[in-house]
Amino acid sequence: MSRPPAHGELDVPFGVGPRPGRSGTGADRSPEGHASPREPSALRRFSRSGRGPSRRVRGGPGLATRLLLGLVIVMSAFPLYWSVVVASHDQAAISHYPPVVLPGPHLWEHVRTAFEQANFAKALWNSAVVCGVITLAVLLTSTLAGFAFARLRFRGRDAMLGFVVATMLVPTQLGVIPLYIMVTRWFGWANDLRAVILPAVVSAFGVFFMRQYLVTALPMELLEAARIDGASTLRIYRSVVLPVARPAAAVLGLLTFITAWNDLFWPLIVLNSENPTVQVAISSLAAGVTVDYSLTLTGAVIGTGPMLIVFLLLGRQIIGGIMQGAVKA
Amino acid sequence: MTPSAPAPPSVRPGGVPGRRAPALRGGRAPRQGSVLTPYALVSPFFLCFAVFSLFPLAFTGYVSLTGWNTRREGSEATFVGLENYRHLVADPDAWNALRNTIGIGMLSAVPQLLLALWIAHLLNGRLRGRLFVRMGVLVPYITSVASVAIIFNGLFARDFGPVNWLLGLAGCDPVDWHSGLLPSWTAVSVMVIWRWTGYNALIYLAAMQAIPPELYEAAAIDGAGGWRQFLHITIPSLRPTIIFTVIVSTIGSMQLFGEPYLFDLTRNANGGAAREYQTFVLYIYQQFWFNGRYGYASALAWALFLIIVVIVLVNLVLARRVRGED
Repeated sequence: MSRPPAHGELDVPFGVGPRPGRSGTGADRSPEGHASPREPSALRRFSRSGRGPSRRVRGGPGLATRLLLGLVIVMSAFPLYWSVVVASHDQAAISHYPPVVLPGPHLWEHVRTAFEQANFAKALWNSAVVCGVITLAVLLTSTLAGFAFARLRFRGRDAMLGFVVATMLVPTQLGVIPLYIMVTRWFGWANDLRAVILPAVVSAFGVFFMRQYLVTALPMELLEAARIDGASTLRIYRSVVLPVARPAAAVLGLLTFITAWNDLFWPLIVLNSENPTVQVAISSLAAGVTVDYSLTLTGAVIGTGPMLIVFLLLGRQIIGGIMQGAVKA
Repeated sequence: MTPSAPAPPSVRPGGVPGRRAPALRGGRAPRQGSVLTPYALVSPFFLCFAVFSLFPLAFTGYVSLTGWNTRREGSEATFVGLENYRHLVADPDAWNALRNTIGIGMLSAVPQLLLALWIAHLLNGRLRGRLFVRMGVLVPYITSVASVAIIFNGLFARDFGPVNWLLGLAGCDPVDWHSGLLPSWTAVSVMVIWRWTGYNALIYLAAMQAIPPELYEAAAIDGAGGWRQFLHITIPSLRPTIIFTVIVSTIGSMQLFGEPYLFDLTRNANGGAAREYQTFVLYIYQQFWFNGRYGYASALAWALFLIIVVIVLVNLVLARRVRGED
């Protein structure tokens, strides 16, 4: 919460995208008015990480570029690799000169200790529940509101959409003190997962993201046809909007899940180590005057592992989501 | 598809031409059930937002006018007017926290965005293994703040950390990264930079790929090399995206909490023995959580809220002016 959700939820440059109603070919035009090659379909755009081979004039990257990129990747990956190295050695190895660089044999043993000391089994389960519910709820509320903003006409719509966008720039999490009073004293949810879930079930970014997607991807003709067939709005939402929204919803779901998994500030306030999320468990493991680095870094490894697996499986979609969010949404 | 001007999404009434127009031209709106249906669809968002975001924010303003302190029985309802704000203005720790926040913010945002721009430039070519490279760049983004802080705590450890070991190889004395302004600010900034550079690089990359290739072709014909193309085509085309990332990074750094909180192993939210890296949100947390001063902490939060809103507005005005010059 220190820096995320604001950041994670904000990757929509206001105005860096189609104006309301600017859709179809209009959305594919650059500011200079050059029409860029159209992608075959809006759906396809979301499932790809980029826009095909770069159209730069320069030839392939030179050796220097490749070496520099290699260095960047090493810098990106090194801290994670190093945490695995330390987590798999005993405590004495960390003060070894020169530093150890290869993983050792003790990882499994440390994982067991961490599970015993910091309640990691419960933490992983709690995080899975919290993130799962938050993701489903955000998807539901965002597709509902996104659909209404994209394709229904009602009084006050534009003002309300403007309000949604404005809230993305406002640090609403600064209301933590009353929020804490509210959920613990009024609702009695101290140390209760509901306290973490409910404040996160809606996302202004999510609403805006879905609205921007549906405004280009959901053909008016399809809605008209469904109307003529006598379908109710709810029915249309279920059988027309949701199928069309699926690619964008998958991306939004991933980003929401990652943000929720990594949130620290608010869970730290309402939960304690009896009933922690993964991030709270990690923080409680690494406190005190003498730190057992192999154990605390084992905590970091356990907490990052599931996200890393998700990332390895769905990295393409996550990258596509961030890049689409930046340019299109 | 392309970054255009950085105005807030101009949501004009009636500004919905394009694809919708033909359907509506017959003068008959598509039937959409009850008039209330659209409101029902957006109501979950607005209800939850009102209860869990808007109301607490407004209530913070009220609590900031009370002397609410959990250590004093019955202090909940003591109305003290602007007393908390008077105290705030004269509180050296609050000013210290503000200075630290801005200092760490600059130290992390500027290198981060420059690096991101440079990495995006490197990525913007015909690369083999494109997905792999992008994933490699983005890995830090999926690492949680808690993990990042703990890992870098080890990397920056005084007696055996790899960073000091490298410094030793280069013939420098080991640095105590947990004390002193510049060392601790650097350490905290490095965590932020590491976590967010790749993310911003992908945002820049997306914007770069939307630049029409004809511009580069024309420049190449005019004899402009790679670096001049970058300066005179890439950077100006990216201006809206750059402004956007500057605003987001600014808001993010004003709310920096997890990294400095976890970097101090005592977990007392002091941000170092001499408050060297106690950020503003960390100070709010300390007053609220450890000292139970709900009234004062609320005044701090409300003050920070106003500071951020002012910064965002100034940014937006500047952005609009920059755009106006084109």
